[in-house]
Amino acid sequence: MDTVKLTAKVVPELYLEAEHISPDVFAGKSTQEIGDLSVHMGNQTYKIADYFTVEGKAGATAADTKIVVAGDVSKVKYIGMKMTAGEVEVLGNADMYVGAWMAGGKILVKGNVDSFAGIAMTGGELIIEGNAKNYIGAAYRGDWRGMQGGKIVVKGNVGSDVGSNINGGTIDIGGNADVHLATHADGGTIIVRGVAKGRVGGQMVKGDIYCLGGVERMMPSYKFDHTEEVEFEGKKMNFQVYFGDLGERHGKKKGEIIYGKIYLGTAEKSDATEPKVAAPSEKKVRLNDLQTNQLVSALKEMKEPSVQEVRTYIFDNFNIDMKPSQVSRLISTLKR
Amino acid sequence: MSKTITDVVCPFCGTLCDDLIVTTDDEGKKILGVDNACAIGAEKFIHSSDHSHRVTRPRKMQEDGSFKEISYEEAIEHTAKILSNAKKPLMYGWSSTSCEADSVGHEIAELCGGIVDNTAAVCHGTTLIAVQNVGIPSCTLGEVKNRADRIIFWGCNPAHAHPRHMSRYSIFPRGYFTGKGAKQRKIIVVDPRPTDTSTLADIHLQVEQGYDYELLQALRAALRGEPLVGDVIAGVPKETVYEAVEVLKSGRFGVIFFGMGVTQSLGKDHNIDAAICLTKDLNDYTKFSIVAMRGHYNVTGSGQVLGWQYGFPYSVDLSRGFARYNPGETGSIEVLKRQEADAVFVLGSDPGAHFPMKCVKEISRLPSVAIDPHITPTTEICDVHVPVAFVGVEVGGNCYRMDNVPIEARKVVEPPEGMMTDQQFLTAVLARVKELKAN
Amino acid sequence: MSEYIIKNGTVYDPKTEVKGEVKDICIKDGKIVDKVSSKAKSIDAKGKTVMAGAVEIHAHVAGPKVNEGRNYRPEDKLFSYQPGGKNTRMAGGFSIPTTFKTGYEYAKMGYTTVMEAAMPPLYARHVHEEIKDTPIIDEGAFPVFGNNWFVFEYLKNNEMDNVMAYISWLLKTTKGYAIKIVNPGGSEAWGWGENCTTIHDPVPYFDITPAEIMKGLLTANEKMGLPHSIHVHTNNLGNPGNYTDTLDTFKLAQGVKPNNKFGRDQVFHHTHVQFHSYGGDSWLNFESKAKEIMDYVNANKNMTIDLGCVTLDETTTMTADGPFEHHLTTLNHLKWANVDVELETSSGIVPYVYDPNVKVCAIQWAIGLELALYTKDPMRSFITTDHPNAGPFTRYPRIFKWLMSDKSRQEMLKGFKYSDKVIAATNLASLDREITFYELAQMTRAGPAKSLGLTNMFGGLAPGMEADVVIYDINEAKIKDPEEIEKAFSAATHVFKSGTLVVDNGEIVSNGNKRTLWVDAKVPTNAQVERDVQMKFLKYYSVNLNNYEVSDHYVANPYVIEVEN
Repeated sequence: MDTVKLTAKVVPELYLEAEHISPDVFAGKSTQEIGDLSVHMGNQTYKIADYFTVEGKAGATAADTKIVVAGDVSKVKYIGMKMTAGEVEVLGNADMYVGAWMAGGKILVKGNVDSFAGIAMTGGELIIEGNAKNYIGAAYRGDWRGMQGGKIVVKGNVGSDVGSNINGGTIDIGGNADVHLATHADGGTIIVRGVAKGRVGGQMVKGDIYCLGGVERMMPSYKFDHTEEVEFEGKKMNFQVYFGDLGERHGKKKGEIIYGKIYLGTAEKSDATEPKVAAPSEKKVRLNDLQTNQLVSALKEMKEPSVQEVRTYIFDNFNIDMKPSQVSRLISTLKR
Repeated sequence: MSKTITDVVCPFCGTLCDDLIVTTDDEGKKILGVDNACAIGAEKFIHSSDHSHRVTRPRKMQEDGSFKEISYEEAIEHTAKILSNAKKPLMYGWSSTSCEADSVGHEIAELCGGIVDNTAAVCHGTTLIAVQNVGIPSCTLGEVKNRADRIIFWGCNPAHAHPRHMSRYSIFPRGYFTGKGAKQRKIIVVDPRPTDTSTLADIHLQVEQGYDYELLQALRAALRGEPLVGDVIAGVPKETVYEAVEVLKSGRFGVIFFGMGVTQSLGKDHNIDAAICLTKDLNDYTKFSIVAMRGHYNVTGSGQVLGWQYGFPYSVDLSRGFARYNPGETGSIEVLKRQEADAVFVLGSDPGAHFPMKCVKEISRLPSVAIDPHITPTTEICDVHVPVAFVGVEVGGNCYRMDNVPIEARKVVEPPEGMMTDQQFLTAVLARVKELKAN
Repeated sequence: MSEYIIKNGTVYDPKTEVKGEVKDICIKDGKIVDKVSSKAKSIDAKGKTVMAGAVEIHAHVAGPKVNEGRNYRPEDKLFSYQPGGKNTRMAGGFSIPTTFKTGYEYAKMGYTTVMEAAMPPLYARHVHEEIKDTPIIDEGAFPVFGNNWFVFEYLKNNEMDNVMAYISWLLKTTKGYAIKIVNPGGSEAWGWGENCTTIHDPVPYFDITPAEIMKGLLTANEKMGLPHSIHVHTNNLGNPGNYTDTLDTFKLAQGVKPNNKFGRDQVFHHTHVQFHSYGGDSWLNFESKAKEIMDYVNANKNMTIDLGCVTLDETTTMTADGPFEHHLTTLNHLKWANVDVELETSSGIVPYVYDPNVKVCAIQWAIGLELALYTKDPMRSFITTDHPNAGPFTRYPRIFKWLMSDKSRQEMLKGFKYSDKVIAATNLASLDREITFYELAQMTRAGPAKSLGLTNMFGGLAPGMEADVVIYDINEAKIKDPEEIEKAFSAATHVFKSGTLVVDNGEIVSNGNKRTLWVDAKVPTNAQVERDVQMKFLKYYSVNLNNYEVSDHYVANPYVIEVEN
């Protein structure tokens, strides 16, 4: 395997779109040609060589080509997009769309990735050693066909909307998963080794989700069916198996309904009735007494401050982002 | 002496009432009165007519933060320059102006390789995402008036946000098949708190805040005859869930209206997705539709023009020369938060008041211009503020109601002397941008 | 002012009965003329094919359901978007193109006039806004009448004068072109979740049958002498066994003579007949009844049809047949959008994948082609895909290839996974007819133009007609491989629209000056209808009467066709 090493030399002013960083595109090209490939920032076109030093050589085919990306690429999008073979190794953090529409080959990111990594993946292996944000291994907007095959491994935590519309393949999450895991799943396998927050398997038609660390709040449309011992990487583990989503349609095989399955790995059964965690977006931001006093003094100084001015003051001084309607009510309360 | 103009379209909310009667002075310069409008709509007409409070010329922010008046020509030059020099300008708003103006704005965005986005980004964009996932069985508001006997208000409070909705379409009107009006309609309100709208409800489901998705899936499961787990589902007693399902199934024509209570609470598009799926499931038993309570009077129109010109309803990235769409990446909030834009143009909306503070800070940091008849939190943080005529009051134009019905807004009075319209300003900017890009 | 002469092309023009002769075509001031001065610009068409601009009689290209389709299918735009050029805006969308793309793609194929197949009157302004943003091609739109409450009442009471007054009023108000009827009665029944599955199935509450609706509107259309005939999508679309409903529908027009001053010889046009030519009684014994359908069409000269050929693509179905779309989503579980429109109609949208490896899809494909190959009079059968329902209009050249090359059809048949079953359920394998270039010109130019009542304007190269002229780089006598057909008809070398060169060397060089065609049919003042309209708007519509009409400034370059009393 031949290796091309790209080392980022400039952090882009905005964000770089680098879909040409792919073994399929580099294969058969000289170092000079690789440097001349385009990258985009907004409506401007640059060359790879403008942003990266290029060393090494590419293989004759994608399968023979490895790309190592070093330096700060936290603002570079689309690395490894649509690749079909070969390897890509990112030594730091990457931005969005790593391995999007990937069909084969292997990507390893030693840091974190942003959102939309591995969307609509059909094959290959995408490994992220750090954390990942949202929509990992999800379908592109509107497409009912999500991930079809391949394997995504995130060793850290993931955000929300992971595995939406998954049809096949595996997503393996080492840490925790935020809400809306495997929404609309119709096939595929998802493993969460940490804790899954909630709305796991919402509207799932078919598929298997293993929640080794349990689920904070199960959907009320999942029913407990049985306990099962499953061999997990050589170890025998006990799972409570839930069938669902009962609000969704399901196919039949030999007269039996094929449900989606959630394998819960904790000893205690998750209670679907008691709310354990308040939904985050509904938590009201409040000022403490010290902050309130400071605000009252400041308001006295300001002449007829507008809601916007007060909102800005609160943000600048207390680092709290309060909604204008809430600010407005606060001002009325303080006036009294 | 006075003039009376009938069939006036109210340019305020997505209900887009078109039965207003406006009385003006003989010269057609001042509005003397407005009939049939709700308080908010009437206020918009009357307030606009008071020219003493109107900013009538563009203003430019000075070093010390104060504003100095400049000419329209200077404003056009400033706008054309910041847009054509930018690597990724963000052109946001479009929801309180006409489709004709939107169209010119798009040409500018296409030439300058930027992002076009409208207020759906903070409101019903999540609805649009849900529709892209699961479709939407819907109907026009007249169908509701003529047929509906089951009305559900989910996460919305029309008594406040769309004041005439209930009297014109959803609860009180007597239509062709609904001669008994409100008496033959059953109303269900789903809201964590009691509201003015919920006082009209036959059933008020006080869902636990942020758990609408769970409740919706439970309703779908109950509809399929599946047993529900637990005594209380998302804050609602199980028996009440079953009761609600029976009420829904037993109607002949049901409609779910929904708003920000579900589009922007935990789950966002998933909440709407589940509500749409519930509506679709109900069609196995009876006739059911779902309608989004759009906020601004022409956010729907902006989505329509973007749709037929580019194929996407909002958050459209034109920077690569071909249109791309992916909220989460191409939406205004994240673009500003991540500092992915280098110029901001706002027209027909007020992100300075509604966006997260981090985004507001970013708008004030970047080269910017705000086009708005009023002084708003947005105009106060942009480099240049350009006042324009009010669409629907001082200039006409096409608008789209919340059910996508196009209604042409009219001009009822003259704008202040020498004031441009959105369309005129944008046309001049487009011409100047073409010159700048040719060099 | 502008003069052109297209020299030495091989001309196919049914209007002037030119069947592949080498002939010069002259253009002056936007019209075809006998000769031009020496100052005329010359275009060499030696060895190439010259035809009039093609006329699209039925496509869903502008309006609320088209746009809902665009907005709800971002995935339809993935990876196929074209950047803008010197004369073009950016253009995207595979099955539902944006308005700019629609204009460019039709023009590139040599289509110069397009009819939007279904306009819901309440949304007419939206249709016109999109028509305005569709470059180059002249367009018209058909308002839907078959589920309209006014039409129900007047026809039920046999009030022909009233229904004619209403039709005239609605055409004028919406700036519409013709009477479109979709799933008559059934889309109103869908307002309650029901349908009319045969033409004698009465509409709930209104108690009128689809047959009565169609017959009444047919009578009105002829009495008014409108340019086009009624344009019908009958009940029970898409279901096995529906060919009997189709024949029952056709028979409504039997023996009726056309009455009009526009050269139209038919009283009835049925659209996308492929979807209505099904035998069997389930998907298991689903089979083609194209022969039975065409036996009737061939024997009854007072009707025209368009095919609705399946192209075997992933596409988007969209139609004013609301109940059908709901039925479709229960079959394929894909995202379903629906809009019921007060007093007027309903509509639905569902994506669909016509997979050649699915037996039913392959049979549908065969049926569309059979209808054309059984046609005795190509002036009465028109090539369409009911875009985008059976496939995108950009696939027309592929359909031409299949119709013109038996070899290409046999290859397709052999390549299907269930080849034997498909062949057994259809007639295509035994049909070796190959449509000629002249017949193609009849089926895509002269025929549709005549059916629309536009035979003196479009679809032909007689002097005085619009100078819509197309040159294709292909010679009928020298075709070696059917792929050449698809290639040549996909990319005309030159296209003139109203005498303006819009495509030059395959590139769009001008956006032209498109017009909107609409029909102003004069009828005597009718106080009854005026009162009925006022009353229904006051009581049942959700907009005011004075806000309903499409103002003139929304109609791009109106071309009004007046019909005298």
